[in-house]
Amino acid sequence: MAKTCVLAQIIENSVIAGDVFKLIVTAPAIAGIARPGQFVHLRLTDQLDPLLRRPLSIADCHAANGTLTLIYRVVGRGTMLMTKLQPGDTVDCMGPLGNGFTLTGQRPLLVGGGMGLAPLVMLAKAFCSRPATILMGGRNEQELFWPNMYAGVCPNIHITTDDGSIGYRGFTIDVLPGLLEKEKFDVIYACGPHVMLQGVAAIAAKYKIPCQVSLEEYMACGVGACLSCTCAGTSGKRHKVCTDGPVFWAEEVAW
Amino acid sequence: MVSNVNDMLAVNIAGIKMKTPVMTASGTFGFGLEYSDFVDLNQVGAIVVKGTTLAPKAGNSGRRMAETPAGMLNSIGLENPGVEEFIHTIMPRLAKYDVPVIVNISGNTVEEYGQLAARLDKTGVAGLEVNISCPNVKQGGIAFGTCPDSAAQVVREVKAKTTLPVIAKLSPNVTDIALMAKAVEAAGADAISLINTLLGMAIDIHTWRPVLGNIVGGFSGPAVKPVALRMVWQAANAVKVPVIGMGGIMTAADAVEFMLAGASAVAVGTANFVNPYAAVEVAGGIRDYLTERGLNQVSQLVGKVNCG
Ligand SMILES: Cc1cc2nc3c(=O)[nH]c(=O)nc-3n(C[C@H](O)[C@H](O)[C@H](O)COP(=O)(O)OP(=O)(O)OC[C@H]3O[C@@H](n4cnc5c(N)ncnc54)[C@H](O)[C@@H]3O)c2cc1C
Ligand SMILES: Cc1cc2nc3c(=O)[nH]c(=O)nc-3n(C[C@H](O)[C@H](O)[C@H](O)COP(=O)(O)O)c2cc1C
Ligand code: FES
Repeated sequence: MAKTCVLAQIIENSVIAGDVFKLIVTAPAIAGIARPGQFVHLRLTDQLDPLLRRPLSIADCHAANGTLTLIYRVVGRGTMLMTKLQPGDTVDCMGPLGNGFTLTGQRPLLVGGGMGLAPLVMLAKAFCSRPATILMGGRNEQELFWPNMYAGVCPNIHITTDDGSIGYRGFTIDVLPGLLEKEKFDVIYACGPHVMLQGVAAIAAKYKIPCQVSLEEYMACGVGACLSCTCAGTSGKRHKVCTDGPVFWAEEVAW
Repeated sequence: MVSNVNDMLAVNIAGIKMKTPVMTASGTFGFGLEYSDFVDLNQVGAIVVKGTTLAPKAGNSGRRMAETPAGMLNSIGLENPGVEEFIHTIMPRLAKYDVPVIVNISGNTVEEYGQLAARLDKTGVAGLEVNISCPNVKQGGIAFGTCPDSAAQVVREVKAKTTLPVIAKLSPNVTDIALMAKAVEAAGADAISLINTLLGMAIDIHTWRPVLGNIVGGFSGPAVKPVALRMVWQAANAVKVPVIGMGGIMTAADAVEFMLAGASAVAVGTANFVNPYAAVEVAGGIRDYLTERGLNQVSQLVGKVNCG
């Protein structure tokens, strides 16, 4: 089995907080093989505008009942169109795309910022027998739905907010060194804004802890054909975020 | 003459035999392999691979893609692994398929185009598409494609260095496309393809900065179709060599328009990103169209627009 395009049927599309939605679709061909960190590329209309597909991380996946869960924030026309999807409707879903996280380590630390917390849900579940800890950052208390999502999956949840409305006031990378000093993590997985990932990568290097980051880039094809999404790599070569990534070892990326 | 139904889509463009007249446009289908999970590559008319240069090229930095209404802008800047990597690692994998592979070549100087042509001879490729029209690189690229003399010079050099069929890919960023078409035909081009992307721009009104890292980029997709169609019609009327039409083709109906305008074959570009099956579906749709109209060969459409 490999990448495919399927008409995925909508099962649920509901607001979870503010402008963030949870979309559950049936797509057995994708759900059967998807791994944490992979994404799907959705075609939201048969019309010519908006033209391109939209990449969204797979936040959760049930191979047994063939469903995928996506968590998305409404930011523009495509995600606005997504909010109109009703149970029973279908959406053209291409996936699973990209390489997922490498599930090594016995004491993983997950670090997520904003919508970067979406793919980490599935990752945390994959670790469920091991004590995954998550450090999550958001703008404010309204993003409190994330701890609910991780409850029962991650035994230890640390929170930061930009405004201090809940948890530590500041950024995840302010808290990270302290956490690393207190506990012996053997791998870090991070997803979120570029500056956060850059910070996490630098701290991980300093503490000599292997670190994987999930990058975001503007994408057209999602399958490695157009080269829209490439980023500079340390080897001198450019990486395609859609197929070489979106997950990379931090030292592969030329920050 | 009643032709075999399997042959109704077959075309021969300057000696390149294709099962369907629907090719994939350079830079929009990778090396084909990227799409092999979705598409049976044997069903594609021809695969035109990404613009290839002598040395590997990293391309442009910064944001490289922006969506526009019914279109997109790209500023990839010809990122490619270089001709040697293509010959040694990519072509052997493509050779397993029964599909003509056409290499889109790009150089900084006239001599470089000649070197690329010589290097690609006898490597199993079916033809060369000479890219004198990339808007995203400073040297070469569009500089050659907007002046009839230098365009002709490049084509002449390539012809002198290869026995392969040579397709000259024209830029739409000129005032007189017929003049360009005639110039490359006179220089020996075996076929002409058009259009490459139109030069475009997008600006972020929140930051007051250009959206693309390279400031300007190549505009493609369904939004450019009327311009492309007009240029294909003008070019086809100016030359005798076959014309390959492209620019915004999403459906079989779009492809039929290009053929009526004078294209002997078409290429699907941006549509691949939206629908990986586009090239195969467009070919199937052309077959249906021919059948509905009682036609038995796709060439019966070529240049049949009635402007009288
Ligand atoms: C691998 C990957 C996984 C992602 N996972 C998620 C997720 O789980 N949840 C979520 O809310 N968002 C995710 N994003 C971001 C999401 O793709 C964009 O928010 C979305 O495409 C915006 O579309 P729009 O039409 O609403 O916005 P518009 O601004 O109208 O989009 C215009 C164009 O820009 C592109 N675009 C806009 N923002 C981004 C962005 N941040 N990254 C890449 N392309 C963008 C769109 O795809 C489109 O081509 C992911 C992005 C990538 C690359
Ligand atoms: C992302 C992208 C990359 C491209 N790269 C090349 C290239 O390397 N060489 C070339 O001759 N044309 C290149 N093109 C132009 C296409 O081959 C085609 O001429 C153009 O996109 C118009 O067709 P379309 O509207 O169907 O996409 C590229 C286009 C896109 C969108
Ligand atoms: S999005 Fe096309 S190569 Fe990555």
